[in-house]
Amino acid sequence: MAKQTAIEQDGKIIEALSNAMFRVELENGHVITAHISGKMRMHYIKILPGDKVKVEMSPYDLSKGRISFRYK
Amino acid sequence: MIFLKSDEEIELLRISNQIVAKTLAELAKLIQPGVSTEYLDKIAEEYIRDNGAIPGFLGYSGYPKSICTSVNEQVVHGIPSEKLVLQDGDIVSVDCGVYKNGFHGDSAYTFCVGDVKPEIVDLLRTTKESLYKGIEQAQEGRRLGDVGHAIQSHCEARGYSVVREMIGHGVGRKLHEAPEVPNYGRKGNGIMLKSGMTIAIEPMINMGSRNLVFEKDGWTTRTIDRKPSAHFEHSIAIRRGKADILSTFEYIEQVLGNKAI
Repeated sequence: MAKQTAIEQDGKIIEALSNAMFRVELENGHVITAHISGKMRMHYIKILPGDKVKVEMSPYDLSKGRISFRYK
Repeated sequence: MIFLKSDEEIELLRISNQIVAKTLAELAKLIQPGVSTEYLDKIAEEYIRDNGAIPGFLGYSGYPKSICTSVNEQVVHGIPSEKLVLQDGDIVSVDCGVYKNGFHGDSAYTFCVGDVKPEIVDLLRTTKESLYKGIEQAQEGRRLGDVGHAIQSHCEARGYSVVREMIGHGVGRKLHEAPEVPNYGRKGNGIMLKSGMTIAIEPMINMGSRNLVFEKDGWTTRTIDRKPSAHFEHSIAIRRGKADILSTFEYIEQVLGNKAI
């Protein structure tokens, strides 16, 4: 039986770190560090602790992610 | 946490995987136009229980059946149903799991029903070849990315696409263990493989787009463009040098004879 991997998941920002990095709590309870996608930086999308975001991940490293969307 | 298995534990895993292989061979005898997937499920469950084992998928995260039967555009986790009757020209991937002596066996094979178009047979053959290419890379000192790269490059060179949402996994006392084994990747990426790891490599290859849609039943996944998808799976133990393949397609190919892919 194939395992379903989390390559795109929703999470909540719990802490803002330096260099546009954030600590994000995923829906399954795991905490990862994630950076903002370049496209979001270009458009000055601000992210604050408490925001709900979409995170992209790779199965090769489950401790890091990339924020691709901030929900309103 | 990746558990390294001792030689005794690997032998127990082999027993479970051999039952899976025999169950698939039993189903290979029955697969023909007009058979419902529900019937295959019933036979598989009976055969597994006759061998003193328990179906590994039954009840896994609430999965209702003993095997997964994914027909044509269904990629994986197709739930057997009486309404789903196999037609001439279909392909059906049967994924089977067995729990015995505290260890899980997991293997899958894609069968042709009746006469199948040559381009679909080519998809199946490529998928199976890529599985063995992946296994070739899976040895001590290599990395998981090497396995993924071998599978991805082989299939994409022929114009097929690799599913990203569904991946292989470690196998042992639990059906899904660490590490995750993607069927794509870059050479030299990912964790280093060590002797004693047991993993299930399962390339899921689509003829068209690699994107998936989840059906409403919560399990079944199908390709977004409804083009066929193939799926082969082996459980292996990592060794120094060549990997030890715990499951086998030998019994299936004996049954299929010269119809085997």
